[in-house]
Amino acid sequence: MTMHQLTIHEAHELLKAKQLSSVELTKASLGRIHQVEPEVRALVTITDELALKQAQKADELIAAGDISPLTGIPVLIKDNMCTKGTKTTCSSKMLENFVPPYNATVVEKLNACSVVIIGKANMDEFAMGSSTENSALFTTHNPWDLSRVPGGSSGGSAAAVAASETIYALGSDTGGSIRQPAGFCSVTGLKPTYGRVSRYGLVAFASSLDQIGPLTQDVTDCALVLNAIAGYDPRDSTSVPYPTPDYTQCLTANIKGLHIGVPKEYFVEGMQTEVATAMRAAINKLEELGATIDWEVSLPHTPYALAVYYIIAPSEASANLARYDGVKYGYSCQDADSMWEAMEKTRQHGFGAEVKRRIMLGTYALSAGYYDAYYLKAQKVRTLIRQEFDQAFEKFDALVTPTSPTVPFKIGERVDDPLQMYLSDVCTLPINIAGVPAISIPAGFANGLPIGMQIIGKPFSEETILKIAHAYQQATDWHKKKPEI
Amino acid sequence: MKLSREEVLHIALLARLGLTETEVARLGEQLSNILENFEALQQVDTEDIPPTAQSIALQNVTKDDEVTASLPPSQILANAPKKEKNFFRVRAVLE
Repeated sequence: MTMHQLTIHEAHELLKAKQLSSVELTKASLGRIHQVEPEVRALVTITDELALKQAQKADELIAAGDISPLTGIPVLIKDNMCTKGTKTTCSSKMLENFVPPYNATVVEKLNACSVVIIGKANMDEFAMGSSTENSALFTTHNPWDLSRVPGGSSGGSAAAVAASETIYALGSDTGGSIRQPAGFCSVTGLKPTYGRVSRYGLVAFASSLDQIGPLTQDVTDCALVLNAIAGYDPRDSTSVPYPTPDYTQCLTANIKGLHIGVPKEYFVEGMQTEVATAMRAAINKLEELGATIDWEVSLPHTPYALAVYYIIAPSEASANLARYDGVKYGYSCQDADSMWEAMEKTRQHGFGAEVKRRIMLGTYALSAGYYDAYYLKAQKVRTLIRQEFDQAFEKFDALVTPTSPTVPFKIGERVDDPLQMYLSDVCTLPINIAGVPAISIPAGFANGLPIGMQIIGKPFSEETILKIAHAYQQATDWHKKKPEI
Repeated sequence: MKLSREEVLHIALLARLGLTETEVARLGEQLSNILENFEALQQVDTEDIPPTAQSIALQNVTKDDEVTASLPPSQILANAPKKEKNFFRVRAVLE
């Protein structure tokens, strides 16, 4: 075990016992970044100077006996969360040189724990994508097989945790963007309940679906990070004013008597046999651990989730991205004769192909004559999907599904077929539509490629899914495997 | 459902998105294909089903009308492509 491979809780014990300093740990992570980054390409910005300053400060605090579970431990932030004084690009040409004048709430909360920010993670442009291939800067490679995608949109965050370039990372999840890359890179990734974590300072993609969450090496770390970032924020009126529990208290490894359902619609046509097999084995393990499994749960509106998502998310995106007009910040095309021409050219050259596609799709769905048939219809089917989850959770404590129907695909394999690309999120999209929490944890490999298991909970029952995920990790060691890189 | 060239241009205008001829052709085809796939949604019976705009029960969140600190103009303008004194510089809206 080398220093950069430590979990948060392991590093914390060493820091507390003064057997390790934050500067040493930070240098180990930065060294690892410089070693593997030419191949993995997970980071848009490496903030080494800032990191070492923060590490020195953390060491001073620790020497004075002031230590929190995250103090002095390196973290990587997805590049759609505002970091004051550090570029926040959204992996877009539009924001390539944007330096935010303020911090996102989650960044403020981490800073209050005296963390060490080592950089900003690559992503699909404006978080629209499933592979990081839509990044306008470069594509991130999967550390388990460099010819394959790491998933997306938080692909940089997931790949960096898998390759031990950072101890943990933050990602954002609108339709699977934390969980799908967590599954593809064999790390632990949680999308909290909508409203659990403040979205203030998160560059908006689809405001009714976006949520920030941790990508970590295990469930204990995930609970520690959630403790730090969860909670009400008056600056985000959709964050909920509910008390936040200590999420480490539920990690007991005892899941006896819990009722878990397996919705059959998630074992979709086109699912790889290896994924289905691994999933059955993982669910059998949960049964062995004392959970009661019902294999015959049905959520019949699941097949409509893809269409609902790809109407609602682009509609919200088309409204959110209207702000990029070349006037206040971001890329601005000056080579134009009029205000309208300048705006159209700014958006033409500042946005990449997928962002344009979604703006067009969303604008169409919201336009006169089509609003009722597309946007309103999708919102109504959204209600049906939510109700199905509500009904299922009257009977079950949690639902378990694969995170993605396939193992990571090859770079380039799906770029020319947007629908094929959208299908890689078919198991994760319904969760954002319903607003419920879900976690992806490592659940096996097929020919050396990771397979993720998704555990879904009731609204604000993060404790239940963390508990199940933790129990599984206590009984298995998939999450401890590291890629050879 | 096949989008015509005129429809693609109309949506692009609504979105103030400049497109090349190649993009107009490609987007027309891709959007038609995606929308065709979404036709299945019309089969779902949504009679008497209310729409969901967001998934949590919060409604009409208000806050007290209190003066709080805001960022200084210099920081707000730091990313502006064009500025003059304490203002964003824009092109003429009416010509």
